[in-house]
Amino acid sequence: MNQVLLDAQSVLRNRLFGKETKCRQDIEKFQQDLKDLITRSVEYGESNSLLVIGSKGSGKTTLLKTTVDLLQKKLSKTLIIVRLNGYMQTDDRIALAEITRQLHLENTLGDKVFGSFSETLQFLLEALRGGSSHSSQPILFILEEFDLFTQHKNQTLLYNLFDLAMAGLTPLVVVGLTCRLDVIELMEKRVKSRFSHRQLYICNQWTAENYLQAFSNMLLLDAGFCKTAKHKSFLERWNANVVELSNNASVQDILKRQFSISKEMPSLQCLLVQPICKLNVNHQFITAADIADSARNVFSDPKANILHGVSVLELCLIIAMNHLTNIYAGESFNFHMVYNEFLKFTQKKLHILQKHNKPVVLKAFEHLMELELIKPKESTLSLASKLLKEYQPTILLLEEQQLKEAVYRYPGCPTELQQWLESSTV
Amino acid sequence: MAKNSLPARNRQIEQLTNLFGEKHHHTVESLYIYGHTGSGKSCVLNHVLVGNDLFHVVVNCIECYTTNLLFSTILEALSFEEGRIRCDNMNDFVRCLRKIVEEKEVEETLYIVFENCERLRDKDPILLPALLNLKELTGLNLCAILVSELPWEKFYNGTAVRDPFVMFFPDYSKDELVEVLCHLRPQATDLEFYKQYVGLVLSMFFFAFRDLRELRHLVEINFSFYEQPIVDGKLTKDDKLKLWKNIEPHLTSSLQKLLMREACDGRQSNEPELTESVKAYDLSKGSNAKSQNLVELPFYSKFLLISSYIASYNPSSTDRRFFLKHAGRMRKTARSMKKDDHKNCHLRGPHSFPLDRMMAIFYSIVDEVVPPSAGLFSQISSLVSLHLLAQLGQDQLDMPKYKCTVSLDFITAISKTVNFDVIRYLYDFV
Repeated sequence: MNQVLLDAQSVLRNRLFGKETKCRQDIEKFQQDLKDLITRSVEYGESNSLLVIGSKGSGKTTLLKTTVDLLQKKLSKTLIIVRLNGYMQTDDRIALAEITRQLHLENTLGDKVFGSFSETLQFLLEALRGGSSHSSQPILFILEEFDLFTQHKNQTLLYNLFDLAMAGLTPLVVVGLTCRLDVIELMEKRVKSRFSHRQLYICNQWTAENYLQAFSNMLLLDAGFCKTAKHKSFLERWNANVVELSNNASVQDILKRQFSISKEMPSLQCLLVQPICKLNVNHQFITAADIADSARNVFSDPKANILHGVSVLELCLIIAMNHLTNIYAGESFNFHMVYNEFLKFTQKKLHILQKHNKPVVLKAFEHLMELELIKPKESTLSLASKLLKEYQPTILLLEEQQLKEAVYRYPGCPTELQQWLESSTV
Repeated sequence: MAKNSLPARNRQIEQLTNLFGEKHHHTVESLYIYGHTGSGKSCVLNHVLVGNDLFHVVVNCIECYTTNLLFSTILEALSFEEGRIRCDNMNDFVRCLRKIVEEKEVEETLYIVFENCERLRDKDPILLPALLNLKELTGLNLCAILVSELPWEKFYNGTAVRDPFVMFFPDYSKDELVEVLCHLRPQATDLEFYKQYVGLVLSMFFFAFRDLRELRHLVEINFSFYEQPIVDGKLTKDDKLKLWKNIEPHLTSSLQKLLMREACDGRQSNEPELTESVKAYDLSKGSNAKSQNLVELPFYSKFLLISSYIASYNPSSTDRRFFLKHAGRMRKTARSMKKDDHKNCHLRGPHSFPLDRMMAIFYSIVDEVVPPSAGLFSQISSLVSLHLLAQLGQDQLDMPKYKCTVSLDFITAISKTVNFDVIRYLYDFV
């Protein structure tokens, strides 16, 4: 039994976290366009450029990967692929070195690339211009996080790549993947003019039903899982459980709530991480309670969580700051003003709160600054303001509603504090 | 792995172990753990990673304050070779990482833990998104774990990032704190006795702060005082009221002083002479008395400081009234009545004043005739270097501007030593 469960967990984990991701069905239609583009370049020696635009997690990388894999098997000539990523190649120099390395040109020795930036660029351009559209091998440039390449100085790399694509010598396909919809605006004029303005928008047109369907598709195990009889029986029970779960009203509510926040796959995967990881011999099927638990984790308000753990003294200070913000209509306050308010409150209710001297209260104040519940109004500090940290203007980063809920949920909160918060005058 | 070794954190340990799964299982791309300081995040992570013998590297982002250091530390921890590995940028880092892990031929998941990762926000804005995507960039079986005190929403900075899986470590409740502190007690002490003691300490301190480290420090320091009557034989374990009366003054003094971690060396060595001197400390003066003893100023410097304080906290229109010999009484107009209600110069903080004003006040409060000399003005510079005065602005030759940075307690103590009643000259107290 254990083995079956382990296998099931492996399959599901691979689906969530691993590399075995298939392309989503609704974007398979774009595969055809991509295939055509690359095939034309390989077969007829055309050069092209293309941008694939879609939000994070919409499946651009997967789309490209599956298309390229499909094509590698079918094409007559081998396609050289150069993969660049905006996160890694943060500079044109690094990018150039990486291209030279991936193309295995003579400028490299093992792993190192020689020469200065201009030398390497010249070398690369000569190597690429030297070819003709019929005899040289086609090269596919994949630029992930394309918008980051536009931040480089002068956009040299992009200019040269698109220029080469237009020159029509070595067959070149430049595919850029990005999540910014305004990426065209980011390109300089000369780069924009060399770009072919071919764009592929991957937008997710799912409805709530599609989302629920994706949920069950994610969890259903298919026939490939049946290796032994035990596997088969488990499969039947598992799939029956998944169907029941999909029809459960509370699960559907949670999924609809998550759908209203984000339609993409990562939001769905986020909900499923905890239930899938929890599977073990004692807990063999996912229940609605698991999904509810996971949802509670995902939808929890982080500031409320942090406020749950501050001490009573710090909570008093936050309430005092809230009153000050209300009285002075959003202007900043400083530590002395907060301390004053705090003293006024404790003088009235001396019997429940202990007396605290200034350094202790200042320490609590600084702890709140560390937690970033309050922050200084000016971000740059001069020497004078560093010396006078008690007089630094600060603002509170909490809404009154959040504070009210947090005080309501605070364990063992003295009722005087709640009354103080509710009262509009001090 | 004994679950008992970390009290009150069973749920989190279970969650983490489930998330990580078997050694070769893939897990989330990035994990974000947040919770208050002292809530056990690093401790639990360490426990899970070391206890299960998982392949991991821990980096502290405060120590590795440049990206160079960050990358080098990770690579050096992983590789077989001794000696420094230089790595400037993300590209080299990814390549080296891939090479090292492939050399090791490890199938297990590699966990890279970044502690205090809020510091990463201030560096290159591309660094954090790249680290969150490290699994995809390297193509390895990897998980980046980010640990911090702040909620994830503080890390948004305008560029879209793949959100990590967020996990919250809740703070300890009062009972859980008792459990944890009892767990950390010194050897050979009775559990029930210690539990009672911890309960007493918490009842006093739980109001002010809940940080496990602070509470632990206090509990450890005061335990010897608590135990003393029993060790001496004067009281038994059942005389709870008398034990409480014995320990109460120590706890009160701790609340005032030891929170500031002053004089803690004396306490820890636990010698009777030192405790006598600490008791003889005048608690009413608070910590300012001690800091004041460290600063001995010459006679004129004290008056300069007093005049700078007056100049900072009095509006300049009132100077005439305080310092001219025959100023007469101020007429009570409606406007001045309204102004009196808002006497909060001390709340707003010191304002800046030009040198002339301070010297004018100085000459009027010092009784004798003081010739202006270089010695006098150099005392002003030494006050600035002591950070009792702060100099502002660019115009330092013509009319330098200053602000006074000392507190009211400090200045009253100083003025007492020269027999000068500064309160009488302050606008807020008239």
